[in-house]
Amino acid sequence: MQKLRLRYTKRGPLRFASHRDLARALERALRRAEVPMAFSAGFSPHPKISYMGAAPTGAASEAEYFEIGLSARRDPEQVRAALDASLPPGIDVLECVEALEGSGSLADRLDATRWRIDLPGVDADELSAAVQELLAREVVLVAKRTKNGLRDVDARAAVVRAAVAVEAGCAILHVVVRQLTPTVRPDDVMAALAAVADLRPPLPIRAVREAQGRLDDSGEVADPLGPDRAVRSCCQEERAQV
Amino acid sequence: MTVDSLYPQLEPLLAQVQKPIQYVGGELNAQVKPWDDVAVHWALMYPDAYEVGLPNQGLMILYEVLNERPDALAERTYAVWPDLAGLMREHGVGQFTVDAHRPVRDFDLLGVSFATELGYTNLLEALDLAGVPLHAVDRDETHPVVVAGGHAAFNPEPVADFVDCAVLGDGEQVVGDITDVVAAWKAEGRPGGRVELLARLARVDGVYVPRFYAVSYAADGTIAEVLRTRDDVPARVGKRTVMDLDEWPYPKQPLVPLAESVHERMSVEIFRGCTRGCRFCQAGMITRPVRERTITGIGSMVDAGLKATGYEEVGLLSLSSADHSEIGQLATELADRYEGTNTGLSLPSTRVDAFNVTLANELSRNGRRSGLTFAPEGGSERIRRVINKTVSKEDLVRTVTTAYANGWRQVKLYFMCGLPTETDADVLEIAELAVEVIRAGREASGTKDIRCTVSIGGFVPKPHTPFQWAGQASAETIDSRLKLLREAINSDRRIGRSIGLRYHDGKPGVIEGLLSRGDRRVGTVIERVWRDGGHFDGWSEHFSYERWATAAAEELAAFGLDLAWFTTRERTEHEVLPWDHLDSGLDKEWLWEDWQDAISEDEVGDCRWTGCYDCGVCPTMGTEIQIGPTGRSLLPLTVVR
Ligand code: SF4
Repeated sequence: MQKLRLRYTKRGPLRFASHRDLARALERALRRAEVPMAFSAGFSPHPKISYMGAAPTGAASEAEYFEIGLSARRDPEQVRAALDASLPPGIDVLECVEALEGSGSLADRLDATRWRIDLPGVDADELSAAVQELLAREVVLVAKRTKNGLRDVDARAAVVRAAVAVEAGCAILHVVVRQLTPTVRPDDVMAALAAVADLRPPLPIRAVREAQGRLDDSGEVADPLGPDRAVRSCCQEERAQV
Repeated sequence: MTVDSLYPQLEPLLAQVQKPIQYVGGELNAQVKPWDDVAVHWALMYPDAYEVGLPNQGLMILYEVLNERPDALAERTYAVWPDLAGLMREHGVGQFTVDAHRPVRDFDLLGVSFATELGYTNLLEALDLAGVPLHAVDRDETHPVVVAGGHAAFNPEPVADFVDCAVLGDGEQVVGDITDVVAAWKAEGRPGGRVELLARLARVDGVYVPRFYAVSYAADGTIAEVLRTRDDVPARVGKRTVMDLDEWPYPKQPLVPLAESVHERMSVEIFRGCTRGCRFCQAGMITRPVRERTITGIGSMVDAGLKATGYEEVGLLSLSSADHSEIGQLATELADRYEGTNTGLSLPSTRVDAFNVTLANELSRNGRRSGLTFAPEGGSERIRRVINKTVSKEDLVRTVTTAYANGWRQVKLYFMCGLPTETDADVLEIAELAVEVIRAGREASGTKDIRCTVSIGGFVPKPHTPFQWAGQASAETIDSRLKLLREAINSDRRIGRSIGLRYHDGKPGVIEGLLSRGDRRVGTVIERVWRDGGHFDGWSEHFSYERWATAAAEELAAFGLDLAWFTTRERTEHEVLPWDHLDSGLDKEWLWEDWQDAISEDEVGDCRWTGCYDCGVCPTMGTEIQIGPTGRSLLPLTVVR
């Protein structure tokens, strides 16, 4: 079974799609693109697909990932192009690589997100002060709705780094968040800022997941497909040299 | 005129509502055409939530047919849930289309498809949100022409004040005729304003413009007469009928939503119309005669649709799919074609006969045998003769037993309660039947792991059927019979636990009855209910019987009438019915005879096989039965595995 790993986006109005909406859309697109999916055995066979770490409904993303198992080998780039053509604009398949055997699971490589959060109507200085206050704290508990009811989560612990910028007059928060359980999402970061500095945006925020991957030592988010890709290209080089 | 998208204003609101994906469009196979490239702009509405409205075949067909025209565009709009509606009012955002988020207010036409009458309050809500005056007479030529269609439009009188036109029958061709009229009127510089446009529309075959017909009432509250107010409009408006379905292979590119919808499959309509003659069934009566799509036509629609959508399941749709003249061959050949592809094929609920089990077996060859649905509709043989859906108890039990023996574990049986002449005994026979079915089923299948679900709803008499004269059973009657049935099913626990009972209480049916057979005076009730906050009446969590009952009592009192007058009252032979000037092709005399036959438990055959019995439709409408067999067959496709 050939295993492919793909990165796709959730852009524009489609940021309002939920992870279930996306799963349905991807599965149909795989059929339309006639990708030869491998199926699980059993009474009602399911195509082999694993989704990981979906961005919340309402958040846009440049870096969603999923993995598929194929029953016949296909060129990853052709799969990417065919799948992309079968999906509505906004769900764009950006990358597709073959999983390198022995390189470990993709889910394990997705332990942090770099978010860009646009805060229209918020003063950048006020935002900076709130962010400083948040970073200065050891623990900031926010109430989070989970399957088991309301639960207090330490939002501060998840925040690796945060910086404020201004673009076209709009304050922007760049924040790297570690993916813990339960996941701390942009809304939770906002709840933390409200808790420490009473920051309450007058308009809905807009969050974009810019990158997802393993947190490196410098606090950067590393390309999660890197391990599959890097080794592959060096193998290809080796082959070319022979 | 440029029309701007409302999306920038809408987007911040979407972050605050439930399931925002339903408002953003972007479905697979959706189309957005430039506004200024076309002369005529249609907004097409399904007056219910997106998840219910999106899969609607009728709307999808018209959307494609209209968008194929170079001079027209069509976009879709659905009922907005209260959370977003509240925000839209607060922020001044009007009812929008999901395709390009253009304001409905700016379209030339707003076509609304009423599959049921329970969408009426949602129309009023949408008009109000759009900024379009509720009453047709208050609109000017800048407002869209509101056109009602769908089965409920065969009696549009309760919404006559709110719509500009109603279209009777198949929509494929008439939307083109309407587009031509609007395009010409606009090109001429809108001569005569809105009234002239409506007068021209009233001369299009199948289009009814209520304002050109005056209704007067007799002292006893019944209608005295309905007269046209201009002599250039027809005295009676007849329905439209599309002949040769193969020429209309729509939807070619079915819409596939991102959001979850009620049907996660594509559908192909294998024939239209039904002449089985079930007396309760409005759909069967108003869509006569039967027009089949050919086996090859169906094969190519299934193929093209699957390619265009990526769906895993295809429903072969019609009012009685097993009656297609080549259904056996179709089932086998489709199952052959898709063998090994995880593509499921299904038929909607079917008549109770052994052939249907064979068919279902064939269609499920490649997939699961989960559940099978039969619709005997009536509990006793006697009542089944009354409704003209004859099947003996023995045949019924044998058929269902065969299904269990063939590996089906779940059988669903559909019934109605409150049918004309019905007694408690007729309904109680359903319990006997279910017990019998489980007993025989356990024996035939050798397992206790089988279930039978009895699904039962209150019967609502509909216009253009032999039961249009019947007194509707009261909510109390329905509820008490359902209670008896429940007790009877539960009386034997060992069998009873294999039987599920799904039912609705009788109250919503009473309101549906008011809206189905109501006249123009009922419009005041609808408006009042909407003003009191009523909408989404098809949803039990939003439907309020009390609100409807209060509104009906207070508004109808002004006419000396009440809810019972419109629902439980039996009509007499010569009473002028509110829809008499709307022609489904059925002779009123034939309908009355069929009503008398019902009371005396006389059956009528199917004109496809027994010969014409002069219901009136074919000669009146210039149509004829179109059925196979064609003798053609489906060649295997080269399927990429
Ligand atoms: S007119 Fe005759 S053939 Fe046509 S639908 Fe009626 S009964 Fe059937």
